[in-house]
This record gives sequence, C-alpha cells and structure tokens, in this order.
Amino acid sequence: MASVAIGSGEQYNYDIVRKFTIMALIWGAVGMLVGVTIASQLAWPYLNFDIPYITFGRLRPVHTGAVIFGFGGSALFATSYYIVQRTCQARLISDGMASFTFWGWQAIIVLAALGDVMGYSQGREYAEMEWPVDLLITVVWVAYAIVYIGTIMKRKEPHIYVANWFYLAFILATALLHIFNNLAIPFSMTQSYPLFAGAQDAMTQWWYGHNAVGFFLTAAFLGMMYYFVPKQAGRPIYSYRLSIVHFWALIFMYMWAGSHHLHWTAIPDWTSTLAATFSIMLLMPSWGGMINGIMTMSGAWDKLRTDPIMRFLIVALSFYGMSTFEGPMMSLKDVNALSHYTDWTVGHVHSGALGWVAMISFGAIYHMIPRLWDTKMHSTKLINVHFWLATIGTLMYITAMWISGIMQGLMWRAYDDFGNLQYSFAESVAAMHPYYAMRALGGAVFLTGMLLMLYNCFMTIRQAKSMPAGGLAASAA
Amino acid sequence: MDHGKIEKNLGLMLVLTMFAISIGGLVEIVPLFFIKGTIEDVRNAEGIKMVRPYTPLEQRGRDIYVREGCYLCHSQMIRPFRDEAMRYGHYSLAAESQYDHPFQWGSKRTGPDLARVGKKYSNEWQVQHLIAPRSMVPESVMPNYPWLLSTALDTSDMASRMKALRTTGVPYSINKAEYDNNVKEFGEDVAKQLHIPDAQKNLIEQAQTGKYDGNPADITEMDAMVAYLQVLGTMVDFSKLDSDNFVKFR
Repeated sequence: MASVAIGSGEQYNYDIVRKFTIMALIWGAVGMLVGVTIASQLAWPYLNFDIPYITFGRLRPVHTGAVIFGFGGSALFATSYYIVQRTCQARLISDGMASFTFWGWQAIIVLAALGDVMGYSQGREYAEMEWPVDLLITVVWVAYAIVYIGTIMKRKEPHIYVANWFYLAFILATALLHIFNNLAIPFSMTQSYPLFAGAQDAMTQWWYGHNAVGFFLTAAFLGMMYYFVPKQAGRPIYSYRLSIVHFWALIFMYMWAGSHHLHWTAIPDWTSTLAATFSIMLLMPSWGGMINGIMTMSGAWDKLRTDPIMRFLIVALSFYGMSTFEGPMMSLKDVNALSHYTDWTVGHVHSGALGWVAMISFGAIYHMIPRLWDTKMHSTKLINVHFWLATIGTLMYITAMWISGIMQGLMWRAYDDFGNLQYSFAESVAAMHPYYAMRALGGAVFLTGMLLMLYNCFMTIRQAKSMPAGGLAASAA
Repeated sequence: MDHGKIEKNLGLMLVLTMFAISIGGLVEIVPLFFIKGTIEDVRNAEGIKMVRPYTPLEQRGRDIYVREGCYLCHSQMIRPFRDEAMRYGHYSLAAESQYDHPFQWGSKRTGPDLARVGKKYSNEWQVQHLIAPRSMVPESVMPNYPWLLSTALDTSDMASRMKALRTTGVPYSINKAEYDNNVKEFGEDVAKQLHIPDAQKNLIEQAQTGKYDGNPADITEMDAMVAYLQVLGTMVDFSKLDSDNFVKFR
C-alpha cells in the first residue's frame, strides 16, 4: 500500500507544499533584496533618500521579517507538511486548515512589512509586529499545530520519525515565546505598549530573540536536515542514539542561553553567567546534530563531486558547525566585552542565516521541486552556479563583518599614551566604510544566486505544467 | 528508559518537550520580578525618587524614537568598563529604564550609545543633527530625519497612551489619591506632569516653553524627539551618591 501511495498526489496534500515552496522562493528574493538595500544604506547613507518609509530604521525589520518569517517560515511550512505526510504515510488532516495557514501566514508577512514601513513598531527586535498582527500569528500558529499534530496522530508507522520531533519542539517553543514576548496593552487599533519594562523586558525579549534563533532557525531546520540529508545521500541517519541525546539536550539548553545577549548590562549578574554556562554546554548538542548529518554521508562522499544539492546540504552543516562554535565563544564574558554592540554579532548571525538556514533550505527545495511537480530540474548547472555564488557571498559577508566588528571593538577601547580614548566614535564609523561596502557586495552576490534559483525553479515549474496530464501537476487540483 | 516509549506516544512526547523548553525561562526570568535588588531604589537626600516616569512630551518623543527604529543602531546601555565610562559616563542602572516600555537597550552600536546623551549637546545641535547628521558629523552614516521638523505632533491621544502605560504599572495618576502619592514619591512639580487628566495641556505647555525645535508656535515631532533625547540619562545625579553605592546590586 505504502509503496504505491508514495508519490501519489491523492494520497498526500502536495498542493499546500507547492504553494509554500513558491512563496519561500519569492520571500527569499524580496527579503535578501531589502537586506542588500539596507547594507548599502550603511555604506552610502544618501540611499535613505530622505523618505521616511525607506530609512534604515524602518527597512531593517522588513528585512528580518521577510527573510526569517517569509523565507524561513514558508520553507519550514513547506518542508514540515512534506515530511510529516511522507514519514507518517498520512495525508494532512485538513486541507482547509492547511490552506488557512498558507493564506494567514502570507497575510502576516505582508501586514508586518506594511506596519514596519508605516512606523508601527513594538520596538523589539524580530518582534516588531504590532498587536493585531500578533493575534493573527497566534491564530495561524494554533491552526498549524492542529494540522501538524493531528497528522502525526493518523500515522501508519508506530514510531514518530526524528525530523518530526524537531518540528514539534519548534511549534511548541515558537508558541510559548511568541505569547510571552508580545504581552502588551493596546492604546489604539494599531499600537500598544509592552507589558514589561526595563530589565525584565530585556530578559523576556532576549529569551525570545535567542530562541527564535534556537527553535525557528535551528531546531526546525535540523528537522529539515534529518529528512533531506539521508534522502539525498541515500543513506540512513548515522546514529539514532546521537539523535535522541542531542535532541533533548538541545531543546533543554537553548532556553537558558538567551541572556548572554545581555552580558555586562543592568540585569543581575547571575542570569547572564548562567546563560553563558549553558551556551558553552550547548556546543555539544549543536555539534551532535552536525556530526549526525555529516557522518550520514559515510559511504556516499563521492556524491559531493556530482550532486550540487548534496553540496548545499553539507556546506550548510559545515556553516552550522562553525557558527555554533562561534556562538559559545562569543558568549564568554571577556570575548563578549569586545564583540557586543559590534558588527561581529551581525556577521555571526549571517554565518548562521546565510550559511546554515538559507543553504539547507536551498538544498531541501531543490530536492522537493522535481518531486512536487513530477519533473526534472530545468538546469543542474544553474544549481551549481547558485551553490558557488551562495558560498562566496556568505564568506565575503562574514569576513567583512569579522574585520569591521573586531576593529570597532578594539578602536572603542584603545587609549593613547596619556590614558585618554584614542579614537572618537565618528572615527570608528569612518573606518567601517570599506567593510560595509564589502558586506553589501557579498550580500549582492548571495542575492544573485537566489535570483538564479528563482529563475531555475520558475522554468522547471513551467516546463512541468506544459507536460501532458498524468504527472503530479495534473492530479493536484 | 526506553526512548521507544516516547517516540511511539505523541502525548508523552509533547508533554516532555513542553517541560524541557519551559525550565530555562522559569528559572532565569520569573525571579527578576520578585528579587528586590533587581531594580535599584535610587532616592536623593530628601527621599524623593530620582528616576521618574517620562513627561507626556518626552514619552511622545520616545514613541517616535521607537517608530523610527533608532534602537537598531543606538544602544542605551552603558557597560561597566573604563572606556565606556570615559566615552559615555557612569554605567547604566536598571532603575534608569524601569519605566521604559519597551526597553531600548539595543544590541548594536552603528552609532554611539545614547543612554546619557541628555544635555551633552544643545537643542539647536540636536535639531540640526537630526535634520542633516553629516552637517554636524561628516563621518556619520545616519539617515536624515527632516520630516520630524515639518510634521505636527498629534497631541490628541496622549491620555490614552498614558492610561495604557498606567495599566502596565507606570505610576501616572488618574485620581487625587494617586496624584498625592506621586507628590510624596517624586515631588510636586513632577507629579503634575504625571497627572493623566492634564496630559494634553502639559504636553502642549512643555513643547511651547521648552524651545526644543526653536519654534514655540508649532508643536512638531521634533519638539518631542529633542525633549526625549535631552532627558536621557539625566535623572540620576551621580554627584549626590557614593561611588560604591550600587556595588551591592551587582
């Protein structure tokens, strides 16, 4: 039964996966374009054009919203719906509710971006959306949880596959974080004040901010990794035992690490010390995931030479390993004293966001698209070009930010022979210019790869639709 | 325990996952609402609280600061290091942001920290710098904000803003008893500014008499923004406190 059913559009709801996949590509291109725009504004400030709606301060949340929730979120919806159906051998419990999560989520991204440019902001990083959008997110998220959990309940296989553990943790944690970080008292139909103030508000926000990274951008993408790496390699996961240990350790420890964003600030010292301790321990479960993914390639290493999708997945894991080493290191108080407030943090985020999140998503989407539309990719060569543009773009970006970040940190604390500060702040700003230009260029290279992907996928889908009926596309309606 | 039991039982898996992800926040965040020393109680010799809620005009300026996303490039949190003390001043106290909804400590210094920028520059400097930053600091990469000077400040919803803040715990007064309590805590001059029934009147008065944007006739967003910037970090008078006064809170 199952072997017949796999690949059949009637057995599984692939329509919803296709929709989210397309939107992931579109939001990726939009979000990265805005990213290149704001990176350029920092290098060449006249690009703000004295227009309120497109100044750096208003576009930056548009960038983070479009890439994290638009691109990342849509990729997670697509892959989670794909994986949960295939690993449970069960169709989503409700097409209607799944469709609601699609339209609801897209509305959220659009409304959030409109709110940002209009200046409706809660003033909280990655949670700028005002209360009406927050309510909509809550409703959509509950629907998502019901569809996802309901589908697992219908599974034909007694064991819940490891990828689904990670997606489940991501769904629960995101709900928890979203609700507590967005508690607010509205004073109009569009605006509100957060319930907490000062130190408590800071703790709540960075508990949210760090775990948005930990669960939205890590745990969920590890779920993606646990399906697509073994599939693409044609090998089983390296270690079942390792996946159990690192799963529970990862989701437990991540939640303690948030206040390492608040080292040396006006919160009680013990909280950030505790956070640093857990951050350092977090290296082990993080690398557990990386090792489990990379070692799955044992016996199939030759695929790296021929298969650009495999390259995306493995390079993603490498960047994941690198940034989860860098993170604990930056959470040491003495390193943080230098790195905090500088571009190093920005570089660190992007080695995770471009190198890990985006690359693993590219690999997963390239894997899914031929299967979703029952066709072959328009051009494997273009996938390969995309791979190199993405890798080079990421390296340019993070190298520029390492240099500028460490330089800023050192200039701010430099003294002259008389014990006075050696540099004015403005001098440190001027010194950043070449690196801001290099960062914008690295981002543009990465964006070019994204646009190639968009073109390649568009051509693939178009050629699939023009094929005679009988394929997946025909049975999708 | 055999993990097979968990991965075959969805309910058990959900409960254990929820348990695992709840502990960190419970241990690290919840105590901060109950441990007394988290927010320092900073008072002068007469027992008056040094840190007060913002006046209506300052609060409106703060709202504009949030609206424009200033926190994405400017921190408001000075760390206890020698270089930061020399560049910005005394390290920030938790008390100094106790009425900040939301907190604006920031995470990035593309521009300098603003926690103690108040009174460092004249109102005229601030206005010119906001309109055209590079006319004052050639190296700056800050956007121009000319519309602050040309946009009239909406003063009509001040009371509803303050009422929302009062609900979150900011001691804005709505009746005689609350007002009297504010007189005791903050002194009479401050208490008047915190009285919600007079919100709009106080706002207009401060904007017209404060000479913030240099034009008393029109009340603009610039008035509010400059009023906010000029109060940042000025509430606690460190010259009246022992230098080791805050060590016990660290």
